[in-house]
Parts: sequence; structure tokens; C-alpha cells
Amino acid sequence: MKCSEFLHELTNYLDGVLDEKTKVELENHLSWCHNCYVVCDTTKKTIEIYRDSQLYELPEDLRSRLRSAIMTKCQQQKKRGPQSV
Amino acid sequence: MGAIQNKLAGPVSEELTLVQAAKQGDDSAFEQLVRRYDRNVFRIAQHITQNREDAEDVVQEAFLKAYGNLAQFQEQSKFYTWLVRIAVNEALMKLRRRKPERTVSLDEEIKTEDDSLPREIADWSPNPEQQYTQAELREILSKTIQGLPPGFRTVFVLRDVEGLSTEETAAALELSVPAVKSRLLRARLQLRERLGKYFQKRESGDGNQ
Repeated sequence: MKCSEFLHELTNYLDGVLDEKTKVELENHLSWCHNCYVVCDTTKKTIEIYRDSQLYELPEDLRSRLRSAIMTKCQQQKKRGPQSV
Repeated sequence: MGAIQNKLAGPVSEELTLVQAAKQGDDSAFEQLVRRYDRNVFRIAQHITQNREDAEDVVQEAFLKAYGNLAQFQEQSKFYTWLVRIAVNEALMKLRRRKPERTVSLDEEIKTEDDSLPREIADWSPNPEQQYTQAELREILSKTIQGLPPGFRTVFVLRDVEGLSTEETAAALELSVPAVKSRLLRARLQLRERLGKYFQKRESGDGNQ
């Protein structure tokens, strides 16, 4: 496997959807190609850092304010009867 | 190095029961759906709009639209995927209004292969996020993802932050599966490269640069 082929398969590899044969070839490539190993490892870390980050969490007070605003508007909409939104 | 595990939403059958009850006019069932997905919709909206007030509006508008159009919702797809599609469209509309000078589209031009080939291959510190406080880290992550084109960061957020499958992401964004995969790869590689600026190993010793 060449570096460009590794890159092509990287997303499938990280998502765990590679067939066994390609996975073995890719892991073999990673065992000797330091650059691709680093790209793979740091890309995986990138995903994990974003996934585990508390970025843009909805604070509880805002959450309940939004929810009651939504439900009030839904009820108003219901009273007005069916119409396109 | 194994595959990434994604966090998943709750059981689909439970969701369907709530949707069916809401369709029959049970508002408390709809409220349950709001509780179930409001955090996700807010996160997605803020990632796309990069603006808190806009994200709050998107949450309200998306749920209101879902409520008003519930009768049209075909139960072959997941309610959440349908809701995400509504929310993404609302968020993109906000972004267009705020930044009319810039093209805001999920179909923006994708450059050729060269731009996704990593240029920077320096390794990171073992636990790079621990070099920063929580607040600093949030600032870094937020600034870094803002630099991606909206079409890339939307795909990244749905797939990697919210844990939608490739197929669900494609359905929510009305893109093909190969288009989602291509954008996802580029988004991941661009974020990796930009984060490298903060997370790279400080000391150089092996001349491996």
C-alpha cells in the first residue's frame, strides 16, 4: 500500500468499516511508515478531542427557557389550526 | 489503533412511540422529543452558525417546524435525522443572513486531492489536551473548527461529534455517501493539521521533521 492509498482508506479505517484484507494491508503500511502512522494517530486524537469536548453545551437554565418557549409557541400554533410553517 | 466509537442516540423504537403519540396530538410526547434532542440541535446549530443567539433561534425554529410538519414526517427514517435536516437548513439560513458576502453552501467547490494531503507531519505530545485548561482548550477547538468551510464542519459535527452514521449524515444533508466521506476526510485532516499548531511536541530530538 502506498501513502496515497492509505490516505484514501483512512476514514474507512477510523470508522471501522474496512474489509479485513485492506485493514491488514493498511496496518502493515502503518508499521513501517512513520509519517502515515502519525497522521493516523493524530487524526484519531483530533476526532476524540472534539467528541469528548464540552464545546457548546446547553446550560440548564437556558435549556428550560428554550423548551418552555418552544412548547408555548407549539400550543399557539395548534390553536391557530393547521397551516404551513 | 482501533476504530472510533461513536456515541449514539437512544433506542429508535422509543423515539417512534413518542413521534406517533405526538402526531396524535400528545404535546407531552413532543416535549419529550425536545428534551431528548435539544442539546444535540443546539450543538449542531452553534457549530454551524458560530453564534450563540443564532443557535438559540435555530433550536426554537427547528422544533417548531418539526411540530408543524409532524404529519408529513414519513416514519421510514429516524425522527432525529429528519430534525437534524431541518436544523441544518435553519442554521445555514442564519449564516447566509449574517455573512451574505460569503457563499454558504454544502455544495461548495471541493478542491482537488492535493489540498487534503497532509503537509505537516509532526507528532503530538502524548496527552496534548492536558497542556491547556478546559477554557483554553474550548477556545482552541472552537477557533480551529471555525476556520473550516461550513460544508466541511457540518459533516464533521454530524459524523464525529454527534455520532450519526455516514448514511444518516448523507440523508440529513441530502448529500451522497461518497460526498459525505470525501468531506469528512478533508475536514478531519484539516482540523488535525490546524490543531497540530497547539498540540505538537515541543522538544525536537530525533531530527525526524
